[in-house]
Formats: sequence, C-alpha cells, structure tokens
Amino acid sequence: MSKIILIVDDEPNIVLSVEYLMKREGYEVVTAGDGQEAMERISESPPDLLILDVMMPRKNGFEVCREIRADPALSTMPILILSAKGREAEIKKGISLGADGYITKPFSTHDLVDRVNQLLQPQE
Amino acid sequence: MLTTTIVVVASLGYLGLLFAIAYWADRRADQKRSVISNATIYALSLAVYCTAWTFYGSVGRAAATGIGFLPIYIGPTLIAALWGTLLLKIVRVSKSQRITSIADFIASRYGKSHLLGGLVTVIAVLGIVPYIALQLKAISRSFTILLTYPDVTMPNPADSLPLLQDTTLYVALLLAAFTILFGTRHLDASERHEGMVAAIAFESIVKLIAFLSVGIFVTYQLHDGFTDLFDKAETAGILNPLIIDGMNGYENWFALTLLSALAVMMLPRQFQVAVVENSSEQHLRRAVWLFPLYLFLINIFVIPIALAGQLTFTGQNVDADTFVLTLPMAHHQSALTLLVFLGGMSAATGMVIVETIALSTMVCNDLVMPVLLKRWKRIPPDADLSQLLLRIRRGAIILILLLGFLYFRLAGEAYALVSIGLISFSAVAQFAPALIIGLYWRGGTRSGALAGLLSGFVIWMYTLLLPSFAKSGWLPVGLLEHGPFAVELLKPQALFGLSGLNEITHCLFWSMTFNIGAYLLFSLWRTPRVDEATQASLFVDALKNQQFLGIGLWRGTAEVKELLHLAERFLGVERAKHLFQRFARRRKLHDINQLPADAETVHFAETLLAGAIGSASARVMVSSVTTEETLGMDEVLNILDEASQIRSYSKELEQKSHQLEAATRELKEANERLQELDRLKDDFMSSVTHELRTPLASIRAFSEILNDDPDLPLNERQRFLGIIVNETKRLSRLVNQVLDLAKIESGRADWNAEDVDLLEVVEEALAATEQLFADHGTRVDRELPERPCVVTGDRDRLMQVLLNLLSNANKYVPQNTGVVTVNLRSNHENYEVSVADNGPGIAAEELPNIFEKFRQAASTSNKPIGTGLGLPISKKILAHLGGEIWAESGEEKGAIFTFALPKKKESCMTSGGANVKDYSNRG
Repeated sequence: MSKIILIVDDEPNIVLSVEYLMKREGYEVVTAGDGQEAMERISESPPDLLILDVMMPRKNGFEVCREIRADPALSTMPILILSAKGREAEIKKGISLGADGYITKPFSTHDLVDRVNQLLQPQE
Repeated sequence: MLTTTIVVVASLGYLGLLFAIAYWADRRADQKRSVISNATIYALSLAVYCTAWTFYGSVGRAAATGIGFLPIYIGPTLIAALWGTLLLKIVRVSKSQRITSIADFIASRYGKSHLLGGLVTVIAVLGIVPYIALQLKAISRSFTILLTYPDVTMPNPADSLPLLQDTTLYVALLLAAFTILFGTRHLDASERHEGMVAAIAFESIVKLIAFLSVGIFVTYQLHDGFTDLFDKAETAGILNPLIIDGMNGYENWFALTLLSALAVMMLPRQFQVAVVENSSEQHLRRAVWLFPLYLFLINIFVIPIALAGQLTFTGQNVDADTFVLTLPMAHHQSALTLLVFLGGMSAATGMVIVETIALSTMVCNDLVMPVLLKRWKRIPPDADLSQLLLRIRRGAIILILLLGFLYFRLAGEAYALVSIGLISFSAVAQFAPALIIGLYWRGGTRSGALAGLLSGFVIWMYTLLLPSFAKSGWLPVGLLEHGPFAVELLKPQALFGLSGLNEITHCLFWSMTFNIGAYLLFSLWRTPRVDEATQASLFVDALKNQQFLGIGLWRGTAEVKELLHLAERFLGVERAKHLFQRFARRRKLHDINQLPADAETVHFAETLLAGAIGSASARVMVSSVTTEETLGMDEVLNILDEASQIRSYSKELEQKSHQLEAATRELKEANERLQELDRLKDDFMSSVTHELRTPLASIRAFSEILNDDPDLPLNERQRFLGIIVNETKRLSRLVNQVLDLAKIESGRADWNAEDVDLLEVVEEALAATEQLFADHGTRVDRELPERPCVVTGDRDRLMQVLLNLLSNANKYVPQNTGVVTVNLRSNHENYEVSVADNGPGIAAEELPNIFEKFRQAASTSNKPIGTGLGLPISKKILAHLGGEIWAESGEEKGAIFTFALPKKKESCMTSGGANVKDYSNRG
C-alpha cells in the first residue's frame, strides 16, 4: 500500500508541481488550500507525511504544525515545511515547532523528493 | 496766665527735648539699633513738608480764598502715587552714588559738573531764603502775640523795630545754633543724620496733635460740630464767598497743584529726608499712603478754624494767619495756646533745621569746595581737612539764617505766609526738568541742564522776586505797572502780554516754558559726551541693572596708599582706616594692604569722598592722585558693547541649549520614526522576497519536471509550459509594480496635470478589459452618464487604477456567472467611479487594511494570481491627485471599490449652456 502525502499550499501551481512530483515517486496525494482545510483532511484520515506551506490564509503552517504536535496520535507524523520564508529565524521556528525538515522556495525538485523519501524510508 | 518767662522756658524746654531725642537716636544709631529704620518714622519725617505755612498760613489763605489752600496738598498727594517708581529710582541712584543733596544729584547726572552743582545751589539758596524768612516770621510773630495773652493784639511791622530789638534776629541765631548742634557734629553727609530725622518725626507728631486740638476745640467746644459752625457761617454770610472764591480760576488750581507736586520732591529739605536720609527702599511703600493721610488730617480743620476766626473776630483787626493761635487765646485756653505755640514752633523749626542742613551741605560741597580745590592746586592744604569742612558748613548755616532774617526785614511784611512759600516753590520747581527728564532720557546734556536752569531761574527772578521787592518799596512800583523802560510787553507780572493769571501761575508758565525749551534745545544741540553718557546710563537704567556700570568705565593707575591718605584728610584718620578696612573685608581680604588698586577700589574711594565733599569734587580729588587714562567715546562704547555682548552671549547660550534639547527630542522622534520605517522596509522586503520566491518556485519546479521527464505527454508539457509563462509574467509584473510603488513613494514619479474626461477613461479601460471579462464569462453592466466628466489629473495613472480595479473584480467573480457593475456619477464637488462585483466580498476585519501592501483578500480556494500591490498603488495615485479611494462590502455579496476625484472648476461653468459667456478671452 502506497504512502499518502498531504500537500498544503495556497498557490495552485505549487500544489500542482509537488503533486506531480510525489505521484511520479509513487505516493498517493491529497491536497489542501490552507491550514484550516489541512486540519480537516488530517482529522478525516491522517496522511503518512505532510508537505506544508507557511504563509496561508485562515491558518498558517506554523499553527498547523503546533496543533499536530500537540495531538499525541499525530506526534510521529513527519512534517516537511516548504516555504518562501527563508530567514534563519523562521527555519529555526519551524524546526522547534516540530517540523522534520524545512525547504525554502524556490526549491530543487530532487532535494524535495529525496527528503520525502528519506522521511518515509525507515518506516518501511 | 502765660508769662514771658513761661513761654521762653517752654520754648527752650521743647528745643531741649528735641535735642535729647536727637541725641538718643544718634546713640542708638551708633549702637546699630537704628530708631529711624522704620517706615512710619520715614513717612512722618516727610511731613516736614508741613511748615509754619501750613500750621498758620493755611487758615489765613482759607479765610481769604476759601478752599484755595487745598492745591498745595493735592499736588503732593497725587505725586505720592508715583513714588513707587519715580522716588524709588532717585533713591536707588543716590544710594549707589552717595548723593548728598539735590545739587549733587543734578551735577552727578550731567557728568559730575561743578558748574551745574553750583548753579543749583545758588538757585536753591536764593529760592529758599524767603521760605526761611517765612518760618522766622511765624515764630517771632506767634511769640510776640503770645506775650500779650490773653489780649489779642497784632504786633507792629517788624521793620519799625530797631534791629537788635527784633525777636526774629534772636530766633534766627538760636535756630542756627541748634541746627549746628544737630546737623554738623561729624562729617560724611551721606551717612545719614539719624538724630535729626527722629526729632523731625517727633515734631511732625507734635504739630499734628496741636493743630487737631485747636480744630476739635473750635469745632466741638466753641461750636456744635461742623454742621453748626457752617450754619452759623452761612447766616453771617461768610461761607459762600469762601467756597465760591476758592473755586475760581481752574488754571490757578492746576498751576498750584503742579507746583506743589514738583516742590514736594525738589525742595532741598524734602530731598534730604526723602532721599538722603532714606534707610530702606521698603519704607517708600508706606510713605505712599501715610504721607497723603497726614496731609489730609492736618487739613481737616482748616476751614472750620477760618470760619470760627471770622465769626469770633468780626470787625477786629486780627490777621487770619494768626487764627490758630488767637482763637484759643481769645477763649482763655492757656494750655491749648501754649500747645499751639509749640506746634507752630515744631513746624517752623523742623523746616529750618532740615532746610539749612541741606543747603549748608550744598553750599559746602558745590560752591566752596570747587573754589578751595582750585586754590589747593597752588597751595597744598592742611593734612586734616575734616574740621575745615565742618567749619564751612557751620558758617553756611549761620549765613543762610541771617539771609532769611534779612529778607524778612526787607520784604517779609508785604506778603502773607502762603505767598512767600509759593515764591520758594516756584524757584525749586526749576530743578524738575533737569532732574526728572534726566532720569528717563539719556539725551539730556550738561549744557541743556545749565541752559534750562538758568533761563528758568532768570524768569523766576524777573516775574516773582523782582515784584516782591517792588511791592516792599525797594524798587519803583512803576516797574510793575508799566514794565521796564515803559515797555508793556516786559511787564514782570504780565510778560509778553500774558495777563489774567495770578503771579504764581504766570511765573510757573513762563519759567517752565523757557526752562524745558532751553533744556531740550541745548540737549539736542549735540550728543552727550563720554562722562555725560556714562552718568546718564547709571541714572536712566537705575532700576534695570543693579550692577555697577561705573566701575567698568574707569581705567588708569592708582596707589591704594594715596587713596587712603586722601580719604583720611577729609574724613579723619580713624574713620577712613575703619571704612577702608571694612571695604577690604567685604572683598574677602585681610587688610588694607592687600587691596588691589583697581577700578573697584578707586570707585569706593570716590564714593566715600562724595559723601563728604560731593560727587563732582570727589571726582577731581581722586583724579589728582590717580593717573586716569581718558576714555574716548569709542572705548566707552566698546566697554558697554562688551557688557551687552556678554549678556547676549549668555542669552544665546541659553537659547542654544533650549534648541539643543528640542533638537535632541526631534532626533529621538526621528530615530523612532526611522526605526519604524526600517521595520516597515524589512517587512516590505520580506514580503517582496516572499512574493518573488513563490512564482520562482513554480517556475523552477516545472522547469525541472520538464527537464527530467522528456517523455511527458504533449498536453501535460503544454500545460506546464503555460504555467511557467504565466508565472514569469507575474514575476515581471511584480517587479514592475514594486519599482512603480517605490517611484511614487519617493516622489520621483512624473505626473501630468491635464484635463481628463473620466467618462472617456472608463470607456477605454472597459474596452481594454473586454477580452478578459469575456474569457472569464463575466457580464459587465455600465451605469455611465452622457456628458463628459472632466477632472484634473494624470490620464495614464487613472487608467492604471481603473484597469487594476476591473481586473481585480474579474479575478474574484465566479466563472461564467460573474457580474461587474461600473458606475460613474457626480456627487457634489466630486465625480465618483465605482466598480462592484458579485464575488465573495471582503470580510469586515479585512476592510481596514485592504489597501496595505501584499494584503490580498482571502478567497476560500483558488486564490487568483495577483501581486498584492495593485490597490496600494491605486491609493497612492488617488492621494496624489487629491482624491480618495475606498472599499466596502456590497449589500448582498461582493465588493465595491470606489474612487472620487474633485471636479474641474471651469468645466462646470462652460458646460452650462449657450447663454454662458466665454470667459477664456479674459486672459
């Protein structure tokens, strides 16, 4: 059974490109346009990995991150932040909130794929 | 019974009492427990103004002219109101300059001039002699009348008696002896005569009590109060003439009021008690009301006594000037009679003592000293001069009193008491222009003061003194009636044809006219010299700067030993040493030898000497032992300039520090603003980079995908390439808009100011976006007017705003069911354009910051691609064009963006119709 990846971003073109890349790697993909929607998707059925944007309407990525880590059931779910916010302080903030990786936009598709694979590998 | 013995013993006993008081007060002063350092005593000593003239003469004048006696007291009452500044200034100057007399004051004001001091002294002596004669007359007459008690008989005219049998001579000699004891026991006139002042204050009380006693006796014993007395007077037909006559001649009233107002400050004795003897400026404040109160009290019973006298002595030959004394006599009140006699003697002796002391100081310092100084240049003087100075003063006292006696013998009987007094008033009034104008005007010069005084004095002699001699038979009466050499215009009592005034008013008018005229004319003739200018600023600015300017204006070399030696000669070795020692201690030095020979020391020595020999002579003496470098006007001005520069520097410094504080505050605020701006710029940069990274991320991702997967199906390839192209466009649009915004914000943007028809712009914008709307399936409703709507603005920028609003609307409306309504309307002064859509609308909390950078309204999904800079730019554009833009939520759903621009003024007029004239030709 292939792993499910939830892609959360308010930029449709980013969602489209990441979705293509993940599907090409053989993962199943679910998408959400903002943090609020992402939480809904997660509560319906938790994905195996989360690719999360930060700057989004309604609920931003950091809040989503914090909520997920606050839930014991979801504490082990890998989170990979994919954000245009690239300042040191923001990266640190993301990691300290419990993200497993932080990739800044514009991103290398290879790096993204490698990091996703890496995060999902040990559990196989 | 009042026998001669009783009267003589009482008189001498009273004088003895006065001396005891004076002696006691002097002792107290030596022990530094001054009795006279008291505001009430100061005010009482000023009442030396009330002499025998007041005591006996007022009733005489009231009997003759009714309330005509009053102006002599109204004048001082009025001018007392000005003492707070005028007298204060005189006192302050006199203290700092050690002024010893009014002659000294005027001489000092105009550059310490010997000539001026001498002239003032001569005028004062000649002017005051009649006044002293008046006092002698009063004492001797009252004494003579008293001898026949209780019979009231008028004494024979004085000149019918042999000289040596005239009581007046002995009165004069007795007073001279008494004054010498009082006033010239030691030197340094500026160290005040405390004993004399105490005695004078006591005399003021005695004369007031005596006069009030007679008044009460007459009004309440002889009659039944004021009303009863006035009723009886009216029945006797003597009341009305009194009141009505007294009201005649306003010019005379005015003249007498003015004259006495001046005299109360210019009389040497008044200057002595008010200025020289003043021990504290604080005392002036009480004198301002207490002195007028005293005048009021001593005048209350004048009219009743005058009326009662006329009622009592109807048909008898009794001089009204004697009523105060003869009324109690006629009613056999021996005790009251004696009290009145002593009161009258108080009034007379008080005046004589103070006046002769003041005059003797002036004669010594301003007449004799200059002559002696000239002689000493050839023959060196004795070592100790203080005894010589005292002898000069004593001689002057005797001389002045004998002159008074002489005048009394020559002219005394021709005039009533009051008239004699007024002659003296008119003489001393001549000092007023030089003194008072000189206190407030720097331009007054020595020659101006000399010319004014001289011409005023000559007029006084011609119009008042001459006639008084003529009336006494010493000059042909024809001189008065036809003028000298029968020239009518020069008639002494109707000069230049001016008639209809009484002689005092006449004299005051002409003497003041010539005095002030000459003073001003000669003062304006040339600018003041250095010494005059220095003194002028000391006097004029007396109330402004406490600091002593005179010190800075001396430059030269001096030996302290020489200065001390000089002072020892005039003041005695002990006193001089003592005073120098005190000065040294004040300068925080151990003894005299350490004193530096600087300007301050020289100045100290000079003021010390000024106290003994007058300021003009002191200056001459000091400059004889110092080699003074003459200062040119330029140098004095430089010194004054330096002082004022230092003042202005410190003022500037103060200002600067205030400015610095303000600048610091501004800087702090600016810094805070900068930090805020910096933060905003950071936010903006981070937003911009974020907005740049997002399309770049898409472009890179799809490029890599295309690069990695060459076998991608064609439709996928095309779709991805389309995204890349769109994101690239978005990226360049963003870059353009950021640059555009930066340009507008920094003010570097070019703006056109042209007439723009909004209708045309809207039509064009709609045409440009037609395809956009069509692609999205959006319907566009137009609500546009038919007439042009002209505003002033930049056409391209307005187009930019409209395109932004239209494309925004298109982005937010739903696919195929979207409706965008464009409305253009006139609203008062403005045209308003609004673009409404049926999209999701704007949340209420988003509305306030919808025009901020990178604040795109959230949409549930499928956020339209925008830069987030369109609305901020639109807002800036409208702000620049003087309009505004705002957003609101539609009534049901959707958003409405509206902007308003002011109408162009002329367009409203010219579009009015054919009947409107064409104004454009008017240029």
